[in-house]
Amino acid sequence: MLLSEMKKGETAVIVRVGGNGALRRRILEMGIVKGAQIYVDKYAPLKDPLELIVKNYHISLRVEEAAQITVEKLQQQD
Amino acid sequence: MSEKKTLTIALAGNPNSGKTTIFNNITGTRQKVGNWPGVTVEKKEGLINKFGYELKIVDLPGTYSLTPFSIEEIVARNFVLEESPDVIIDIIDSSNLERSLYLATQLREIDSKVLFALNMADLASSHGTKIDAEKLSNLLDVPVVFTVGNKNEGMDILLKEAIKLAESSPDKSENRNVKYSRDIENAITKIQGLIERKAKDRINYKTRWTAIKLLEDDKIVKERFVEKAGAAGEEILEETGVLRKYLLNAFDEDPEIVMTDDRYGFIAGIIKEVQTITVKQRVDVSRNIDLVLTNRFIGFPIFIFFIWAMFQLTFTLGAYPMDWIESGVSLISSYAGSIVPESLFKDLLINGIIGGVGSVIVFLPNILILFFCIALLEDTGYMARAAFIMDKIMHLIGLHGKSFIPMLMGFGCNVPAIMATRTLESEKDRILTILITPFMSCSAKLPVYIVLAGTFFAAKAGNVIFSLYLLGIILSIISGRLFRSTLLKGIDAPFVMELPPYRVPMLRSLMIHMWDRSKMFLKRMGGVILVGSVIVWSLSAFPRNVDYSADYSAEMDRANESFNIKIAAADEKGKELLKNERIVAIAEIEKAMNAVKTEKSYMGRIGKGVSPVFEPLGIDWRGSVSLLTGFFAKEIVVSTLGVLYSTEGPGDKDALKNALRSSGMTPLSALSMMVFVLLYLPCLATIAMIRKETASFKWTAFSIIYSTSVAWIASFCVFQGGKLLGFS
Repeated sequence: MLLSEMKKGETAVIVRVGGNGALRRRILEMGIVKGAQIYVDKYAPLKDPLELIVKNYHISLRVEEAAQITVEKLQQQD
Repeated sequence: MSEKKTLTIALAGNPNSGKTTIFNNITGTRQKVGNWPGVTVEKKEGLINKFGYELKIVDLPGTYSLTPFSIEEIVARNFVLEESPDVIIDIIDSSNLERSLYLATQLREIDSKVLFALNMADLASSHGTKIDAEKLSNLLDVPVVFTVGNKNEGMDILLKEAIKLAESSPDKSENRNVKYSRDIENAITKIQGLIERKAKDRINYKTRWTAIKLLEDDKIVKERFVEKAGAAGEEILEETGVLRKYLLNAFDEDPEIVMTDDRYGFIAGIIKEVQTITVKQRVDVSRNIDLVLTNRFIGFPIFIFFIWAMFQLTFTLGAYPMDWIESGVSLISSYAGSIVPESLFKDLLINGIIGGVGSVIVFLPNILILFFCIALLEDTGYMARAAFIMDKIMHLIGLHGKSFIPMLMGFGCNVPAIMATRTLESEKDRILTILITPFMSCSAKLPVYIVLAGTFFAAKAGNVIFSLYLLGIILSIISGRLFRSTLLKGIDAPFVMELPPYRVPMLRSLMIHMWDRSKMFLKRMGGVILVGSVIVWSLSAFPRNVDYSADYSAEMDRANESFNIKIAAADEKGKELLKNERIVAIAEIEKAMNAVKTEKSYMGRIGKGVSPVFEPLGIDWRGSVSLLTGFFAKEIVVSTLGVLYSTEGPGDKDALKNALRSSGMTPLSALSMMVFVLLYLPCLATIAMIRKETASFKWTAFSIIYSTSVAWIASFCVFQGGKLLGFS
């Protein structure tokens, strides 16, 4: 599934970062790389952008940017 | 005194790593703030004497990597490459070790001498993250020092280690470098071999690093490489192209992407060895604050409140010191008036220099307060949240969430607003915001609306003024979209933005920040404003010998005389009354004289000359002249109107209104004029600011021409359209 389809509070593992050029490289350089675990902390009040936790820090992406990232959702464990 | 050895120490690190705090700790108030050559990225450096050395500390822009995408990264990398600092201190936020190491591996790759400062380790360990510094140091072959920036701990050790490292022999070890996938390593070795054989003596960068950058298809390095290595360089590039194609096939991915993955893979290996996370349910204060501040329902109201408070502080609280400065300026001006003999120089000094510079220096309190507030928003971490919640709306105009603050400040004054665009990282966003901010109706335009709308729209004045503000906003949105799809095309700056944890700001850093900005304002604006003031003054003061149609000085004498006779004849009470009347009468004559003088001055002549341009807008020559003088500062439009229109009638408050009404100006032409004032070229101070912040004469000229054209077209539509619809 796409990162942009994930709901608040869900965790996933990144499968592929799509897109091209500078944006893609920038996303990768911020640590959103294949295999990294990512947690959807929340969406902004207007549903865009969204706040993620990756590698122990908070980062925000626009929904259209998150739509370039393929993830595999992890089962919720509590 | 013995010659001291000078060492250059550069501070590198991610944004929010505490780099600025450490820089402030080390250099204190001995810092110099300027711009990096050619760009508007702030450059800070400080010179200190310590441990028998003269240390030049350079604060590099905060970046997440050295891939040259943003100006900050280009600036940081160029400094490291071209100026070869003796030591680079990489400041690492200990709670963010993994991401921080990405920049660290890139610094390491350039083969400069790097020292790690593990900052805020106390905070990280309280959150359950422990770092084995010794192991980290061994694995990467880099000295590691613990620091706590906000408690000023570890600074001396840091500097001592840096000096030690600078004095050590150059480090040759290559085995601590990132190891890439085998195919990539093979390609690097191949290119490195080619460089060493064919172009080694012509390039001054390390060969492995150059090979890596060529393989990553780094445009800047490629260009310089060919420049220096000539034909051999072209040959090597061709070879690299073949290798890139091969790798693209092998990985089904661009080599630079694979290499980014590899770097994070390498980092993951280090992290596993040096970092232990004790799993404890941490109470994350930041996230709790965020639950409120970015809440779905109350996030916006809180944001609006903060902005409102900032606006109030800047313009309401700022109004008091503004008054003091104003009275100070008039005090100086009257003092100068009393000691300098009547002459052309006196006029220049008082009306040109003191008046002109005085009219700009009054903005200082606004700027101090505004930048204090902005520093507060930034240092606490709220700015990132503001951008987070506003981004959706701003993105519709093709802007970044952070553009909101400067645009909003534009309602107060465009000068600090344009300075506030510095918070935007992307240059395109910055220029776009600078171009559309002047459409935000600044507070200096309000007096013009009050006079014109008050005169011609009476009860509906409020609605008219509100519509003007709205028109400004709408036009800025349209312009924003227009520029985004034409002049400033290209992909929007990505919104890949860190949301740093909230921090208690340090007063010292707020003060330094505020003072830096204000100093810059005073210094740079002083020059431009001074020249501009003198030009505007010359235009309105020359020619000196005006052919007055009436003999005003004789008229004044007559008035004086007749009042003197009356006063002599009147009783005590009558005397006072008559004395006041005399002042009014003399002022009236002076006003009439000034009106003629303004009309006959070069400014007036230009106004008359350009009045055909304003005719289709329903604005007469007097309106044209006032609009021209408004270039200096928008409030002046009203005072020029006052001078030009109030040639008759009593000198009370309604004089201008009556004069305007009887001058043939209609509600429609008044509206047209207000629209023009709303949109036309920004005032001199703003233009100087635009010039400085865009660092481009072209953009400044474009801003002036664009806004004036939009103003003319809009006023034309209002006036001619209104006429067609039967309004007058």
